[in-house]
Amino acid sequence: MNAHGTVHKYGDNVDTDVIIPARYLNTADHKELASHCMEDIDKDFVSKVKAGDIMVGEANFGCGSSREHAPIAIKESGISCVIAATFARIFYRNSINIGLPILECPEAAKEIKAGDEVDVDFDSGKITDVTTGKTYTAEPFPEFIKEIINAGGLLKSLRQ
Amino acid sequence: MGMTMSQKILAKHAGLPEVREGQLIRAKLDMVLANDITGPVAINEFNKAGFDSVFDTHRISLVMDHFAPNKDIKAATQCKQCRDFAGKYDIVNFYDAGDMGVEHALLPEKGLIAPGELCIGADSHTCTYGALGAFSTGVGSTDMAAGMATGEAWFKVPAAIRFNLHGKLKKYVTGKDVILHIIGMIGVDGALYKSMEFGGDGLSSLTVDDRLCMANMAIEAGAKNGIFEVDEQTLAYVKERVDRDFEVFAPDPDAVYSETYEINLDEIEQTVAFPHLPENTRTAADWGEVKIDQAVIGSCTNGRISDMRAAAAILKGNHVAKGVRCIVIPATQKIYLQCIQEGLAEIFINAGCVFSTPTCGPCLGGHMGILAAGEKAVSTTNRNFVGRMGHVDSEVYLASPIVAAASAIAGKITGYNG
Repeated sequence: MNAHGTVHKYGDNVDTDVIIPARYLNTADHKELASHCMEDIDKDFVSKVKAGDIMVGEANFGCGSSREHAPIAIKESGISCVIAATFARIFYRNSINIGLPILECPEAAKEIKAGDEVDVDFDSGKITDVTTGKTYTAEPFPEFIKEIINAGGLLKSLRQ
Repeated sequence: MGMTMSQKILAKHAGLPEVREGQLIRAKLDMVLANDITGPVAINEFNKAGFDSVFDTHRISLVMDHFAPNKDIKAATQCKQCRDFAGKYDIVNFYDAGDMGVEHALLPEKGLIAPGELCIGADSHTCTYGALGAFSTGVGSTDMAAGMATGEAWFKVPAAIRFNLHGKLKKYVTGKDVILHIIGMIGVDGALYKSMEFGGDGLSSLTVDDRLCMANMAIEAGAKNGIFEVDEQTLAYVKERVDRDFEVFAPDPDAVYSETYEINLDEIEQTVAFPHLPENTRTAADWGEVKIDQAVIGSCTNGRISDMRAAAAILKGNHVAKGVRCIVIPATQKIYLQCIQEGLAEIFINAGCVFSTPTCGPCLGGHMGILAAGEKAVSTTNRNFVGRMGHVDSEVYLASPIVAAASAIAGKITGYNG
């Protein structure tokens, strides 16, 4: 499984309140949530993002609330993969559970810049910055998590 | 090699003699929780996956607290969806406007959490229940849906940071100041993926309410859970509320910790977290002059009766400063009634405060006290992220109910020493 797209880059401690502000949590509609994704730190994100694009953050990405609306909004906006130096744990779990691939790689998170073209191979954990030619290696998913992602999320894996 | 308190609880619920850091396990759940925001997403997933029964009608809690009493039509629709689901599946612990409270104040009060139990909740502050010696952690709605259907969840066994508490807090310094101090010390990702385990000879000087407030904010240091050793105070609190058997776990004497901190409670000062992260903590000397537009006293962090009493003691006979809105929100109906019976409601109203029915409301910028651009609030809640309480250009300063009440009177961030 691969992802390939243009990078949207953010810094440390991107919290779930900026990924999807609580004022929009009076709906669980995926498209409506996606229409406000990242609005409080990057109001142009929604108009810029294209299907397949990649989001890169630095330390503690997704900290704060447990709202699954955050990875849902990111996934529904078209993002195919999130790379960060570290993820907050509930966001990490939620992303796996809904089938949004996410990778921890501090070096890639630091060096990859907004607008770079990036390719990700989930099986090997290899991240290639096509723009700069540099490659990075993230820890690939453990088998247990691969099964959930390959099934298309936790509930589908439970039903199998 | 011994196990931490959290590891022992996880091992027990996974049916394993022992577990190790990093191990992936499936464990049986004692309680599964969601609210009116995360519940609908969980219910949608539950239905989409084709489940048609829940694992235990007594071990699921649905609390309508975030945008309730319904703030708008969409919020009303979300509560209705939860209400219909609770009706269809005979969910015993469904709490609606009129008997609900802020979930993390409500569940311990109702005796729904006991020491040694394992709880997941689709709300990040589910870590609150670690105050009672339970393993309790926030998850998302899909985990909640799977938990409702199967009574199980997957966990990666966490390492732990040990906090040995010593001495006794100074007067007018509270559990809120201790946890803000600790988050300031280790940072918002200082306990990422780990347990924060609290014990030591100073534990006995902290009330159960102090511990609930501290465990509540473990997530603000990135922790998977916060957990307190069980003592006589815990048992006294639980015995008044819980009528089922439970098992008390203590960490092994040779448990391995990734880090150990010695915390001298006597040295902790009144602490405020400045915008826009809970780790931006400062003590009085560094507060400067911060004029406020609003004070919020309430939430799952500080909406308990001891918080109401502490705020009322300061507000009694005083009036909120001109130009400041002070919003007081007791966290549950029981606390609300206690405020009336003890005369606290009268003190708040005479001081010019809003005195509201329980709701999470302003904490997450939902309703009941949203900030305009440029406004500043001192708040007893748990997060001060950009836009948390309203406009992206507003600011939230996190503090104890004592500091918040004193600040409401002064019109600026102010400490209180009697």
